[in-house]
Amino acid sequence: MSAIAQSVSVLSQAMNLRTMRHQVLASNIANADTPHYKARDFSFTAAMQNAMAGQGAGGLAMSRTAGGHQQGDALNGSAFLQYRAETQSAVDGNTVDMDVERTQISENALQYQILTQLIGDKFKGMRTALSSTQG
Amino acid sequence: MSLFNVFQVSSSAMTAQSMRLNAVASNLANADSVISADGKPYRAKQVVFEATPMGGAGDASRGVRVRQVVEDASPPRLVYDPKNPAADEKGYVAFPNVNVVEEMTNMISASRSYQTNVEVMNTAKTMMLRTLQIGQG
Repeated sequence: MSAIAQSVSVLSQAMNLRTMRHQVLASNIANADTPHYKARDFSFTAAMQNAMAGQGAGGLAMSRTAGGHQQGDALNGSAFLQYRAETQSAVDGNTVDMDVERTQISENALQYQILTQLIGDKFKGMRTALSSTQG
Repeated sequence: MSLFNVFQVSSSAMTAQSMRLNAVASNLANADSVISADGKPYRAKQVVFEATPMGGAGDASRGVRVRQVVEDASPPRLVYDPKNPAADEKGYVAFPNVNVVEEMTNMISASRSYQTNVEVMNTAKTMMLRTLQIGQG
């Protein structure tokens, strides 16, 4: 795999994880008033390391041998999801702390934008390299 | 694309919060309704939220749904008013068990939660638009 394709694949892997984290955090915010709901999150660093290890060894990724096969996604399992340590628990057993969730979701969205910017820059570099031979 | 699940989750929360606001509105409107459809004083209604899996993306997405609408079991507020046609033989009128202060805080909480979910939805939309812009320009 060429260097550019490899780095784009790493970046898109990171984007997948950011998307998944956005879902988890959106679920926490949506359930801020649900009794007995426990806030959940996962460590992006650990999940990314795991994904990279799986990609390197080729162990977790499933190969598609027929057109009808679905993309095997080892990240979709709930194995990474953990309950957030509670700071101030509510009387109804809900552990969602709105301040934490909102800062985390903003941070996550910003990191996602950084990734889109980086991928865009990769393509821009490629386009510059291609056009430099013309004229 | 799994960012679409965020729309589903947030909109389920918005629906649930608007149902809660609906219950608050009905409670406040009927805070003095001595006689309701069944002939007894109106009883305050509360919605019960429940987390529900959503979007088929494994365990990551959990939306909200209203499991049931319960009636407040606390006793009615008794007011002495012998001239009222709804008064009992001792002269007391049973008023609804609506706690106006509680309903007002409920209303503010529902409104805030609704706003936060709209914001989450907007963030997801921005992220998706950024994704579409990859490779342009």
